[in-house]
Amino acid sequence: MSDISRDTMLLTTPFHSRVEAMCDLNDWGNWMGYTTPNAYFDVELEYFAVRSTTGVFDLSPMNKYRVTGPDAQRYLDRLITRDVSKIGINRVGYAIWCDDNGQIMDDGTIFRLGEQDYRICSYQRADDWLAWNKLGFDVTIDNESEAVAGLAVQGPTSCTVLTLLGCTDLNQLKPFGIAHYTFEGQPLMVSRTGFTGDLGYEVWVPPETAEALWDQLFELGRDYLIKPIGSYALELARIEAGFLQANVDFMPAEEVVRVGRTRSPFELGLGWLVDFSKPLFNGRSALLKEQANGSRYRFAMLDVEGNKPAEHSFILKGDKQVGTVTSAAWCPTAKANIAYAQIEMPHGAVGDELVAEIYYQRELHWTRLLAPCKVIDAPIFKSPKRWQTPAPPH
Amino acid sequence: MNQYDAIVIGAGHNGLTNGAYLAKAGLKVAVLERNPYIGGATVSRELHKGWWYSNCSYVSSLLRPEITRDLELPRHGLQVVSFGGGATFMRNGDHFGNYSDHDRHYREMARHSKRDANAYDRYAADTSLQTKLIRPYLMRTPPDPTSMKPRDLRDLLEFARSFMDLGEEKLLDTIKFWTASVGDYLHEYFETDVIKAHMAGSGIIGTALGVYSPGTAYVLLHHYMGDVDGNVGAWGFARGGMGAIADALSKAFQSYGGEIICDANVDEIIVKNGQAAGVALKDGTEYKAPIVVSNLDPKRTFLDITNPSDLPKDVLKKARNFKIRGSSGKLNIALDGLPVFNGLDPRNRLMAGDLHFSDSLERQERAYDDWKAGTWSKDPYLDMMIPSLTDPTMAPPGKHMMSVFVQYAPPKVEGREWTDEDKDGFEKSVIDQISNYSPNFRDLILHCETRTPREIEAEVGLTEGNIFMGELTFDQLLFNRPFPGYAQYRSPIKGMYMCSSGTHPGGGVMAAPGANAAREILADLKRPNTVPGGYADD
Repeated sequence: MSDISRDTMLLTTPFHSRVEAMCDLNDWGNWMGYTTPNAYFDVELEYFAVRSTTGVFDLSPMNKYRVTGPDAQRYLDRLITRDVSKIGINRVGYAIWCDDNGQIMDDGTIFRLGEQDYRICSYQRADDWLAWNKLGFDVTIDNESEAVAGLAVQGPTSCTVLTLLGCTDLNQLKPFGIAHYTFEGQPLMVSRTGFTGDLGYEVWVPPETAEALWDQLFELGRDYLIKPIGSYALELARIEAGFLQANVDFMPAEEVVRVGRTRSPFELGLGWLVDFSKPLFNGRSALLKEQANGSRYRFAMLDVEGNKPAEHSFILKGDKQVGTVTSAAWCPTAKANIAYAQIEMPHGAVGDELVAEIYYQRELHWTRLLAPCKVIDAPIFKSPKRWQTPAPPH
Repeated sequence: MNQYDAIVIGAGHNGLTNGAYLAKAGLKVAVLERNPYIGGATVSRELHKGWWYSNCSYVSSLLRPEITRDLELPRHGLQVVSFGGGATFMRNGDHFGNYSDHDRHYREMARHSKRDANAYDRYAADTSLQTKLIRPYLMRTPPDPTSMKPRDLRDLLEFARSFMDLGEEKLLDTIKFWTASVGDYLHEYFETDVIKAHMAGSGIIGTALGVYSPGTAYVLLHHYMGDVDGNVGAWGFARGGMGAIADALSKAFQSYGGEIICDANVDEIIVKNGQAAGVALKDGTEYKAPIVVSNLDPKRTFLDITNPSDLPKDVLKKARNFKIRGSSGKLNIALDGLPVFNGLDPRNRLMAGDLHFSDSLERQERAYDDWKAGTWSKDPYLDMMIPSLTDPTMAPPGKHMMSVFVQYAPPKVEGREWTDEDKDGFEKSVIDQISNYSPNFRDLILHCETRTPREIEAEVGLTEGNIFMGELTFDQLLFNRPFPGYAQYRSPIKGMYMCSSGTHPGGGVMAAPGANAAREILADLKRPNTVPGGYADD
């Protein structure tokens, strides 16, 4: 034994003791300064837990900001591009926020917990941005990131497992709904949200009950084939289901150094989240101008021929390079080879036929492949379970 | 009425695939099925309330991804879910586990033999080389070595070149591989009984041969060349059982305008002036079509439902001599809980894979000796799965469905037909085998469906209950499948075709025979091709 103190670079989440015990592969990554598993036992089987049974993902490192006070709604309406008043109490809204140039800073979810009580859940840290935007508004902003531990509980049997945990009538909860329960004498909040495109929930508890939550979930979920999943499996599920990822599919606007590397909501296929009927919000005038004059890029989902993922590929139209791929995967359930690409206008409309220039290596030998691909109009994986209420039992 | 452009006999996965591609090309197609339900051997049945059995075929890795994607089977409800793990339980109370992670697998092998664990990489590379030679031909019609047609000459040249490119040493290895026994092949790499026995299982499944019979090394390959999502050799379940594959194929077929007619038992293919003209059912109903495709095995196709006066003698002779020997049976068991094996924690992930009890090649060969003697194996080789550990729709929560593939079971018992007493004896040998390794197994049994070759033949129509519709030995592969001169899906009768697993590339729920046959039919009709090619190998 030694008494050398161990001040590690990376933090651990409130679930870490349990996560570590199940992480057979000892394959760890760094997410927002936290030690998080890339994979627990087998990426493919973890992915299939989400699609066939229940997969549990520790999302505690997500950034959480509580926004309260008389001006909370007005504040958020200026901050984000969609109409916040349309998010009812105990409802969640997917949202993006832009800088003054109409360029995306981040995407996230807005939880409405009360009349003037909201929580922003974001991938990026937003303390600085939220503070500057507060000027003149009567709101309080608390960084709750460490005060709220979270698990994504996703997959066809997830509703059944959480119901056994005490989440009564959870199957009646509609997509993007919130329900409140008590667990171990502490509040437990469930939202029907997720990043997998399947039936699924996110469960939020104070850190003190995190380990008990994990233990009970896995005990009660055993007969429903519950399994932990790491970030690699989640990545596969989110590409198949059509979700964008900050720092992968777009750069947070304020972190960009080089001119022209930011993207607007229109350029990421998120124009539907921009509500010009609001008189003012960050980026509104720039976005109006873009709407009138046209965008530089178009977000395209590509169905790529063959089975080689078009990772980091250039996209060609004839001989001309017109775009690049940001995310790509062979999608195991949809059985399709999908890529997200940024395509220079006017190319990349639905139905447009392009070519992906794919490079892959086998046994140190590189091969260049020109794979025809087609722009599709919707994510390739569509689970009816995601939208069904009452939620199906499996 | 009853007039179609094409009729497909048999709504198994190949018949439905064939029908789907013909219908996609604009043909008016009917698929006729003898049973009141579709699927053939690709079927899920609720034989005990709350428990679903994949009561014939039980795993899906060979189903061609090109077909799944092209026919949009996921959109039609098909969800293939990978499983992992597996183990062979040993008589000494130990086990050998199969781990998907390379280094974890090494550690498990090294526990039995460091040398074998190290040799595994050489074994994996050599076996992969063989799969790479055959995989490009799965979604293609085999070339005819006697033909002078440009297509055949080109394909033969390509085939020959891929072998010549190997260099002398690997070419000789390859020739040896294609003719060797799986036992001898494994001796080249491994010294440990249980490791060899665990791997040898794939060389005998569905085959009336033993681990020391020449040709079984290829059968091992046949089980390794599938893939779930590019993970070559990985295995998956169809969510909801194998019937989900037939259901999705039937929806794809119907989306192109195809028609499925159940309870339609074909008596004979109608031939007029040497040209197929339709089929007559046993009840007298007639369906007319200039194209008739048989998804029955080659024996049934030519000896049962074709009038011998419409066929040349050599085809009748080849059909009669076609090797399609019954060698296996199946138990499907509803369990009240999870059985415990030999001290292995039931929560161990190995349990979700393929489980076995033959821990030496010697035991596997003795099991085959029983078959040769005309009886079922007293110490049977089992390929056992618990799909409900991966798919929650197969059994109620906490309960389990077990699929036990059993080898060997003879087509006839000591030369006579199976009796119900024989079936009970066969069942007992399997239950005893499992119970020897699992003390609580017997008490958990709620329902058991036992299928000897007799039941499989009677219900599914597979001659002798042979799961591959013909042995997968070199004399019946590629341009020899089902027989020389007829390996391109055409029969000697104009307008009559074959699309079953009895044709190239064989059985295993690949759907490739059905697709390849459709490509040939469309070419004969001078219609645009609707069938995708195979993904390029890398």
